[in-house]
Amino acid sequence: MPITVKLFASLRKGRFDIDDWAYTPGITGRQIMHDIGIPEKEVRLIFVNGRHASLEDRLADGDTLALFPPVGGG
Amino acid sequence: MEKIGDFLITHAQGGMLPWAVEVQAAEEFSLSCREVELAALAAEIVPARYQRNQNTLSLADQATLLKSHVAVIGCGGLGGYAIEELARLGIGKMTVIDPDTFEEHNLNRQILCTINVLGMPKVDVAQARIRVINPAVEVIPVREAFSKEQGSEMLRGVQVAVDGLDSIPTRIQLAEVCDAMGIPLVYGSVGGWYGQITTQMPGQHSVQAIYQDYSGEYGIEKTLGNPSFSPALIASLQAAEACKVLLGTGHCLARRMLFFNMLDMEMETLVL
Repeated sequence: MPITVKLFASLRKGRFDIDDWAYTPGITGRQIMHDIGIPEKEVRLIFVNGRHASLEDRLADGDTLALFPPVGGG
Repeated sequence: MEKIGDFLITHAQGGMLPWAVEVQAAEEFSLSCREVELAALAAEIVPARYQRNQNTLSLADQATLLKSHVAVIGCGGLGGYAIEELARLGIGKMTVIDPDTFEEHNLNRQILCTINVLGMPKVDVAQARIRVINPAVEVIPVREAFSKEQGSEMLRGVQVAVDGLDSIPTRIQLAEVCDAMGIPLVYGSVGGWYGQITTQMPGQHSVQAIYQDYSGEYGIEKTLGNPSFSPALIASLQAAEACKVLLGTGHCLARRMLFFNMLDMEMETLVL
């Protein structure tokens, strides 16, 4: 099934900003993150179709997964 | 107050209260600038400094802001710009909290930092800056680090808190204290070309959700640093959010987070 993966800020460096990937049904955000090769500590926020989600949530056909790094400066 | 009202009506110029007359009224009636401005607004006279706020803000809105109490926690990149804008807006009372003094590495982005104030406490510089912008604003400087233990005392009487912190664990403490006290919190954070903002209303736990289970103190800003424009952008949005929450107008960012990428000029709206 197709999943659109969007990376933000520093996560794009050496990777991509948006790409469509084919995954098996029931895959989680964490598995995709590992598949892309992003260390878990680099990711802070996960959104599925623009809604806050957990890395454990299972994705559905056509979902968009967005990954954000931690931002904490002031 | 009737006498001051008569004085202001007599001395108003074209429906405006010039600064010189405001000072004269404050002296003659032994009132604070804020009291004079509130009396003017009650008489439908606009303190001249606020004339360009019309008709974005009504006279009643301006009076509401003058009766409001906002806390800015952290007086660095975000906090400095937020303080500047909220003082110009006409917030009547501002608590400014920061334990630090200005250092050279603050000069690239912190509007309160100049070469003349290096080594000086940030809250003292903030107070001096507010005083020369808008003497109607009462300032409560708190030269201490925000903490969960002291937080409820620091935020006593505050209607909106603006997050200008640079530490993630302290932000979470601020969010918890605001939640317990029923205070809306305008959260912002920046790193490099990027910044994000949301407004946490009591009970929403948005900031806790953003940093849930995060063990670090800092984010990408630790390696990317912060240029001048990122805190200026996010702090301006925070000032607008604080204004709207106080006035109960427009649509604030409750349960929504805006993420800005100034490198590629993209903005995402995300649901928390």
